[in-house]
Amino acid sequence: MTLSQPVIWLIIIVLGVGTFALRFSFLGLLGSRPLPPWALRLLRYTPVAVLPGLIAPRVFLPPEGATSPDPTLVATALVTLALGVWTKSAIWAMLSGALTLTVLTLILA
Amino acid sequence: MTNSLSQRQAFWLGFRHGGPFILVVAPFGLVFGVVATEAGLNVVQTMAFSIAVIAGAAQLTALQMMTDNAPVAIILATALAVNLRMAMYSASLTPHLGPAPVWQRALVAYLMVDQAYAVSALQYEKTPDWSIPAKVAYYFGVVTLICPVWYLGTLSGAVLGAQIPDTIPIGAAIPIAFIALIGPMLRTLAHVAAALTSVTAAIVLAGLPYSLGLLVAGLLSMVVGALVEIWQTRRREART
Repeated sequence: MTLSQPVIWLIIIVLGVGTFALRFSFLGLLGSRPLPPWALRLLRYTPVAVLPGLIAPRVFLPPEGATSPDPTLVATALVTLALGVWTKSAIWAMLSGALTLTVLTLILA
Repeated sequence: MTNSLSQRQAFWLGFRHGGPFILVVAPFGLVFGVVATEAGLNVVQTMAFSIAVIAGAAQLTALQMMTDNAPVAIILATALAVNLRMAMYSASLTPHLGPAPVWQRALVAYLMVDQAYAVSALQYEKTPDWSIPAKVAYYFGVVTLICPVWYLGTLSGAVLGAQIPDTIPIGAAIPIAFIALIGPMLRTLAHVAAALTSVTAAIVLAGLPYSLGLLVAGLLSMVVGALVEIWQTRRREART
């Protein structure tokens, strides 16, 4: 990370204030007027719209200096996703992912 | 009958309902703490992050983009986009908690994590006739363990992360932590469609300058999720 200390603090503070503003928005300021259905519908998909896109290029595109994706990472990602869908539990998915990564790293090393 | 529920009873009911979630929150806080210190934040910054934001997914998003040296404005916009759902939580709790004093609503807002919202919204739907103080007490009961455990998990991870030698590649923990969050979210066809759009668009747009690809992919995927939901609802209605 090449960010300077003040910039790191700036990010932490703005993110804290911004997140509070989102949480307080309706509860605090806008009263009990309900959100229009189209807005609720869009907001419902924010996590599932952003998080996969954040990770996908890191998993499926070749890392810097390589010509193909990292097979260990791809396999780990698929196992973690499958376990998450199957168990509906982030914890089991995380554990299975950590285990897969460890085992594959040991085998390939 | 339920109207006579005391604040104390409501608080402890919430406490019991929120308790089990520390099993999810503690390890996730730990992961954030480890990853943040590995990425180069010190323990104070890592703790400030968890105390100021209390939203693991947004914190990890910001951290990942900070590691990638994305422009600050894009880091903030993308991490806040992850938290847009909080506005929906806020809107959804307003009919139940709106009449409470403003300092209580501010505290409710600060502590509004996914689990607190999910548990409380479910309870308020079941028992809409609870008094406002009982509803507020229930909410605070739910978060009494969850939020401190989030801070403590982060602290443990930060202290632990500082001890881990640089030769161990903890960096791979970020994708795992994220993907583990995504799996359980894929509840409906609309969620799956949004996730697939997000993956595809983010890869196709990876070359866009200023890390804008993710923001564009995110907005596009929200629209796809909403459209698939509308399409599914119409189809269901057409059948009945």
